[in-house]
Amino acid sequence: MSTDDAHDPKFGEYGGQYVPEALMPAIEELTDAYQRYVLENEDGFMDEFRERLADFGGRPTPLQYADQLSARYDTDVYLKREDLLHGGAHKLNNALGQVLLAKYMGKERIIAETGAGQHGTATAMAAAHLDMPCEIYMGETDIARQRPNVFRMRINGSEVNPVTVGRGTLKEAISETMRDWATTVENTHYVIGSIVGPHPFPKMVRDFQAVISEEAREQAIEKTGGLPDSVLACAGGGSNTMGTFAHFVDDTDVDLYAVEAGGSSLQVDEEEGVAPNSATLSTGDEGVLHGARTKLLQDSDGQIMESHSVSAGLDYAGVGPELAHLVDEDRVIPVNVDDDIALEAFHRLSQDEGIIPALETAHAFGYLEEHHDEVGDTVVVNVSGRGDKDLETVIEETSKRDLDIAPDMSIFDSVGRSPTSQSSGDEPRDSVGGGGL
Amino acid sequence: MGLERAFADEPAFVPYLAAGDPNYEASIEYVEALARGGADVIELGLPFSEPIAEGKTIQNAIVRSLEAGMTPDRFFEFVEELDVDVPLVCMTYYNLIYQYGDSESRSDSENASGETASEGPRPFVEKAAAVGIEGLVVPDLPAEEAGPLRTACDEFGLDLVFIVAPTTKGDRLERMLEQVSGYVYVQARLGVTGAREDVDDATEESLARLSDWDVPKAVGFGIKTGDHAERIVSAGADGVIVGSALVDIVAEGHENGDPVDEVADRLEAKARELKDGALRGAAERPQPERT
Repeated sequence: MSTDDAHDPKFGEYGGQYVPEALMPAIEELTDAYQRYVLENEDGFMDEFRERLADFGGRPTPLQYADQLSARYDTDVYLKREDLLHGGAHKLNNALGQVLLAKYMGKERIIAETGAGQHGTATAMAAAHLDMPCEIYMGETDIARQRPNVFRMRINGSEVNPVTVGRGTLKEAISETMRDWATTVENTHYVIGSIVGPHPFPKMVRDFQAVISEEAREQAIEKTGGLPDSVLACAGGGSNTMGTFAHFVDDTDVDLYAVEAGGSSLQVDEEEGVAPNSATLSTGDEGVLHGARTKLLQDSDGQIMESHSVSAGLDYAGVGPELAHLVDEDRVIPVNVDDDIALEAFHRLSQDEGIIPALETAHAFGYLEEHHDEVGDTVVVNVSGRGDKDLETVIEETSKRDLDIAPDMSIFDSVGRSPTSQSSGDEPRDSVGGGGL
Repeated sequence: MGLERAFADEPAFVPYLAAGDPNYEASIEYVEALARGGADVIELGLPFSEPIAEGKTIQNAIVRSLEAGMTPDRFFEFVEELDVDVPLVCMTYYNLIYQYGDSESRSDSENASGETASEGPRPFVEKAAAVGIEGLVVPDLPAEEAGPLRTACDEFGLDLVFIVAPTTKGDRLERMLEQVSGYVYVQARLGVTGAREDVDDATEESLARLSDWDVPKAVGFGIKTGDHAERIVSAGADGVIVGSALVDIVAEGHENGDPVDEVADRLEAKARELKDGALRGAAERPQPERT
């Protein structure tokens, strides 16, 4: 684990608690609960969490040797299979931990934000499992575009509240959930979806996700007799990233690569307030958003930019403060690949290894394809989520491009239905983080 | 430090508008109308793209202002252009304060050393003082994170107003009151900004918790009418802060395409109603709280 004090709200200069005063008492209460239940296992909280992760979630997930990719790159490639966790992504580790913690704290109600719905569906599953009422905030345009995830949340018994103000994207959904919390803080817990937000959320979410690297490190030693040379994970808000890195941070011989979404370009359009990427660690500036000082995509005035990625789950203008700090300390290497490379990697992993990855995850494999000579002889890649949720996006985006690797989808022409006839243009935002349900 | 003076003789009426809503020119007229209507202090919102403490009314005002081109530099021009003789307070979010005046030096120093060399909040506060702003309210900056801003405000003679929530008690309240100056913004109920039909009991409880502190107490969140203002002041407040009820007038005028001077007249009348309500409330108090 990275070495830090549970009570210190900062990671170097990053982190902190930049929230309205009305929330501060709840944040102090949460900090106390984090200390007692998560760090000190009071009342056996962590034992119950681990047991439920095993029985309900299906942990541990395997570390699998990737035969075809290993041959292709002449490098031993191991896959940490978080896509096999219940729900199909790493998101459940955090959602289950926080909903269980809310129960221990005596809270009566769960709220969460979601963009395209991945964190929302994980939270809805956890809330149903633990019998807690749950409301999810989601932009109204995303609701229209992500109907299957809305159905999943509703089927699990959660309310879905449309966010109509502003542009109706993920950052508006986070802001709206914070507003709900400022009103209902006395009986409600806000299950934030990534290692973002005010202290103690970044540390707490990391600790719930750290089970990924705890397992992966042991599994790697067991299978290879030592530590890997490199660990790769995609990075949006950063919860799968930090979960995959946490137990390797002190292993300074292991290179840690955070692969961000380069989108369509790393150039920003300051006039329009748009950054056509989500490469916050690579290109962002220090600032304050959603409760934390971190790296942000912002204009020179400090207004937050609209980010973009073909992968909804990476599409966020901020990033976890701990990752920002580890990048400044040269412990984590921030890299990025663009939409095209990620799409190619999506098809390659599907065809070569029989694993359809989330588009978020595909970014990590895109980097491996481009830079496999630089990552050493043994590499662990986190498969943060499965890609079933992305199929419509992938078909639409593939049809716009001339990708040699993509399968021929003209079968639809012969049955009179274009594969993209139901697609709707712009990409939706996803919940922060790199996973997918 | 001088915002206390606005509360000295009689209960203060403290209106809020988002500067530049729905556009720069009209907004100048609207702020000046509030001064004519009896404002004792005016809170001017500098719009931030992620206003997490605002309800729908002010969120929409912020969107209108940003779309009409408001920026921190335009905001400072706006303040300089205003023809009002009441103290002005800037209400904004910390990232705009933190980033101001810093982008060039930051990229230079990054190239040189690979590290950021932010001056923090100082350039913003220096500029605000230069254009005549007398105080700041920063809703996403709790006392824990306020040290650098408090230092800059002291250097340039600005007051730093903190918000006391219904949940702010004990040590937190003490810590905050050690840093506050000008007035405390007493949040009348939990939640976000927005006009309400009723006045919450939490207000009286909050005022009671603050009664030992010798700093003016201005109550905001949900005040909509002169009767509300009267009740709040009679309960012991030294002033009332009204935002959404005024922004509603701006929004309605904008949506209906009403002439700017008519909307300004409505704002002036509403301001007078609220100020008169506050004065009635003070008359009902047997012993005013001011010391």
